[in-house]
Amino acid sequence: MAVGVKVVNRPGSLAQQAYLPAIAEGLGVTFRHFVKNFFGNVTGMRKKTDIVTIEYPEEKIKYPPRNRGLHRLMLRDDGQVRCVACMMCPTVCPAHCITIVPEEAPDGRIEKRPKIFEIDELRCVVCGLCAEACPCDAIRMDTLDHAKPTTRRADGILDKEELMSRGTTSTAIQGGVGAFWREKVEGVPQTPPSGDVFPAGLPTGPTPVTREPGKGS
Amino acid sequence: MDYGSIGFQAVAAIIKIAFMILGFLMPLASILTWMERRQSSMMQDRLGPNRANIGPIKMWGITHFMADALKFLFKEDYVPSKAHKFLFMWAPIMAMAPALIVAAIIPFGPPLCWGELFQAGAVCSQPIPLQIARLDIGLLFYFAIASLSVYGATLAGWASHNKWSMMGGLRATSQMMSYEVTMGMAVLGSFLVFGTLEPGAIADAQTRILSFSHFQTSWGIFSQPLGFILFLTAAIAETKRTPFDIPEGEPEIIGYFVEYSGLRFGMFFLGEFLEIVTSSAIMITIFFGGWHWGSWLDNTLQAHLPNIAFVLVMFALWTVKVFAFCAFQLLIRWSLPRFRSDQLMRLGWQRLLPISIANVVATALIILWAQS
Repeated sequence: MAVGVKVVNRPGSLAQQAYLPAIAEGLGVTFRHFVKNFFGNVTGMRKKTDIVTIEYPEEKIKYPPRNRGLHRLMLRDDGQVRCVACMMCPTVCPAHCITIVPEEAPDGRIEKRPKIFEIDELRCVVCGLCAEACPCDAIRMDTLDHAKPTTRRADGILDKEELMSRGTTSTAIQGGVGAFWREKVEGVPQTPPSGDVFPAGLPTGPTPVTREPGKGS
Repeated sequence: MDYGSIGFQAVAAIIKIAFMILGFLMPLASILTWMERRQSSMMQDRLGPNRANIGPIKMWGITHFMADALKFLFKEDYVPSKAHKFLFMWAPIMAMAPALIVAAIIPFGPPLCWGELFQAGAVCSQPIPLQIARLDIGLLFYFAIASLSVYGATLAGWASHNKWSMMGGLRATSQMMSYEVTMGMAVLGSFLVFGTLEPGAIADAQTRILSFSHFQTSWGIFSQPLGFILFLTAAIAETKRTPFDIPEGEPEIIGYFVEYSGLRFGMFFLGEFLEIVTSSAIMITIFFGGWHWGSWLDNTLQAHLPNIAFVLVMFALWTVKVFAFCAFQLLIRWSLPRFRSDQLMRLGWQRLLPISIANVVATALIILWAQS
């Protein structure tokens, strides 16, 4: 014999070797699911079925709050753009999708503001580095939305007005106050505790989520 | 045109053929292409294709089969450069035509009484049997034609000039030839019980659903339960569907139609579902009484309805039977895992064939004992 054949003798009763009882059991399982889902779906009682399908354009799952989505530009209290054209985000952007052309700001307290602020959403790799790099909470990715599909490439490039249309005012204090602004505003001692960048009692970011080992992220 | 003349019979036959193909087989097979996906998704807690619509007409997405046909029409009709052009063109037809031809022997309703069309409870003086061809060789004709469909798979595999489709064609050949033996043996038992191979006569013999006093007139499933299981297994193997789908073998060789695209692939696809419909209809004829629904319902309807209405109602009820059986075949296809090639051969030759022979011998002995 050219091919080695190893015969494995698996013990089994006649019922197991005849397949039929197991087949009937299996058909029963699938048929039960079919009946439940079919009649639930026909009578319009989707809640009572086991169906897990999300019918996308009509039904949507809300993204988790830390989702990185479509960009937006935040606003000052007077409705102007918060961005001071510091060029942090186009510098850090690995996909080179942010274009900023700065101009002189008419407001004397800040030097610059963006004349043009464009993000090419087709190039964006959604890494979130721009939002992390931003020193004045001007660019965010927390819209819980994603870039809309377009029929023209040019439509994938969002300009300043488009990005600001989703913007809101930030809870952070507007720029130009200087270091330790919280202490200035809230009147807590100006010397920070040694060894800690953040003053005690101030929020240091989201509470770390404890994950069980082996469950993945 | 007089009843009984050649012209009358020819016209009746043509109308029956057109009705059977355009009015029954093609629509049911087309709907099955959608139903398979929808039913399988319901079994797997999904929704399945429910989007296709013609304007506001949505009907749970039932128009998906039209969308599929339209898509096949507009796909590129690709022929490999080294393929055998003629056989490549013929293979899909060879795969699909047998399923249509087999429908000729299927009885799909009680005889139409020409001349007493609107009379209730008529004794037919001029019956038109609702069966395209009443052949005495009946089921042998079925085996002869059904085994021709192996040529479709084999020629497709060979003509494509592709080793994977060649392997698929070879697998199809070995599988279909093996299971035809079992299929023939399984039907032999029913032949012994009913004493005829003519499907119309077999259906007419099963006038009662289950009767212990006249056991031979009850449905074939009760007189030949083992024969039914064997025939069902072999019929699923003949349609090349899971758990016997190694000729297609999606995970490893794709199968004998790997090089086909567009409408040619569509013909293989539709041919598979046509085979489901015809094999279901044959199984209903042999094991579930054809168009009969037990003597009480048959007689009541026949006595109270005008003949033409009776025929239509019984045809509709027969369609329900066929449809339910098709759904059962889909249920099997989406519940069971595949056999390996060698397991398939072992099951066919070492298990099913001896059991089917034993079934024939046992049936013959019981009939002999009952007659003496």
